[in-house]
Amino acid sequence: MAASTAPAPAAGESRLVRRGPRRADDGFRYLTLAAGLLVLAILALIAWSTTKEALPAFRDEGLGFLTSSRWAPNEGAFGTLAFIYGTFFVSLIALVFAVPASIGIALFITQLAPARVRTVTTFVMDLLAAVPSVVFGLWGVSVLAVAAPGFYESIGSPLAAIPGLGRAFGDPYNGKSFLSAGFIVALMITPIITSITRDVFDTTPGSQKEAALALGATRWEMIRGAVLPHSRAGMIGAVLLGLGRAMGETIAVALVIGSGSQISAELFSSGDALASRIANEFGEATGTWRSGLIGLGVVLFAMTILVNLAANSVVARATKKAG
Amino acid sequence: MAAATSAPSGRRSLTRSSISPGRRARNTLATVLIYLALTFALLPLGFVLYHVVSKGLGVIDGAFLTEELPAQVRGASGGIGPAIAGTLVITGFASLLAVPLGILAAIYLNEYGGKKPVAAVVRFLSNVMAGVPSIVMGLFIFTIYVLHSKDGFSGRAGGLALACLMLPIVIRTTEAMLQLVPDELRHAAYALGTSKSRTIVTVVLPAALPGITSGALLAVARAAGETAPLLFTIGASRQYNWSLSDPNTALSAQIFSNAQTGFPNAIDRAWGAALTLIVLVLLLSTIARVAAARFTVR
Repeated sequence: MAASTAPAPAAGESRLVRRGPRRADDGFRYLTLAAGLLVLAILALIAWSTTKEALPAFRDEGLGFLTSSRWAPNEGAFGTLAFIYGTFFVSLIALVFAVPASIGIALFITQLAPARVRTVTTFVMDLLAAVPSVVFGLWGVSVLAVAAPGFYESIGSPLAAIPGLGRAFGDPYNGKSFLSAGFIVALMITPIITSITRDVFDTTPGSQKEAALALGATRWEMIRGAVLPHSRAGMIGAVLLGLGRAMGETIAVALVIGSGSQISAELFSSGDALASRIANEFGEATGTWRSGLIGLGVVLFAMTILVNLAANSVVARATKKAG
Repeated sequence: MAAATSAPSGRRSLTRSSISPGRRARNTLATVLIYLALTFALLPLGFVLYHVVSKGLGVIDGAFLTEELPAQVRGASGGIGPAIAGTLVITGFASLLAVPLGILAAIYLNEYGGKKPVAAVVRFLSNVMAGVPSIVMGLFIFTIYVLHSKDGFSGRAGGLALACLMLPIVIRTTEAMLQLVPDELRHAAYALGTSKSRTIVTVVLPAALPGITSGALLAVARAAGETAPLLFTIGASRQYNWSLSDPNTALSAQIFSNAQTGFPNAIDRAWGAALTLIVLVLLLSTIARVAAARFTVR
């Protein structure tokens, strides 16, 4: 809109306006352009500056930086595979909890709740999104992880009796585990995924919903037939954005994941994600060790950029179709 | 819903009773699942808030909020005064950088760029930048500023990292608010012979100001709660430090380091700091939301 109206006054301006203000006008325009380009500059600088500092570790390890799972800084071994795995495992657990919950809440807000309840629920979710991640981390380490071993024991041992499932749980050692971390991260990404899916559900044309109801559909049939198909792309985008957020989550994960270095599919065993390993070791690291940790940051940066590129293009396509 | 009114006729019709049991069961099941999702999500979140408030209240008093950090993490004495000061100084500096720059960039996107390719690229990249993990912002400032400036670990470095985090949030919310300003206002200003830059500064910005303020406050609230960008940038300090050039501390950093130690006294201090931080953050975001709700540009 603004772009199409801009040239019109500019054309007539030259005769009416003195030279001075015109120059100020251009100056302001370039100032705002510079501020916009700053984003590009910062992203480029992030990539350049972190990669440069990580080079010593990259050079030492070569491709092994990504393919080896042996991380032993005092022996000069910097394999990050275990942390890449941990990042994905924790994010996956988080999504398993958060996606159904978020979709449920978004459906409640957009389809079930009366206007008043809707406002209150939205407000509560927005406030929860504002709770700092370190607070979730504190809760995780001093409440959840304390209660967890007993709880894990009670769900783990009956389920482990089922053949094949025993390997999925492992020993609940001290409550700091992939599962605890995934659960905490789920709490943090639920408000984010909820708010996006809510917006997407809201773009369902009223006429389609009314039409479904008029044909005698129950509310659930209306949701399944009108709301969900309309929102599919937007929901995928929301999940991807949640995934990006989960992968970058640092502080809470650092406190409850238990700093293990092994690749394990056991929910109760400890591990580490890229971000949490950086946070836990950076204070004591020097030399190649430190550049190895910065290298973890580079890997994380690349992974989240990819996920976010995918998410943004999916969301952009979904909203273009809706608009 | 409307079908219920035709119930009295009793004939085979659109009434609820004509819905087959299977369909009705599925509908009820779906409704129950939705309510379950709501409960399961809100329950732990409620627990978190409950624990923070109940454990935090026991710790907080005047001395706790003002005293310097304890010399021994183990000990019971000491407060979080310097951390509160640090959070205010660092977040304040970050806001002074990110809010004006973000508003300028949003003005470019909405008032000048529109659908031009450059604007599309900037808009896209600012969305991508919003997804960059906060810990990466911390590493970035560590590698580009802490290692090379004479400040080293300092409040200024922490502020720079937080500013990187806030910038895309400010851009996105400000652009959304500028889009809401009706074009008629701009046309009226042009018709009076006002230059474009003057129109933006004296007409468009004031019209969008409440929304922009609310977006900026949300970004500030987000930044004030962040820990990861500060880990590698602010260093550590036990005393009050209002200068940007020296190492500093912050509420979030104190919660993290105290929680890591596991000593009971340290955990208590962490709960107290957590409640202080949450109150600060919720205050900022509530003001922001009330401002947005009350003054939304029509």
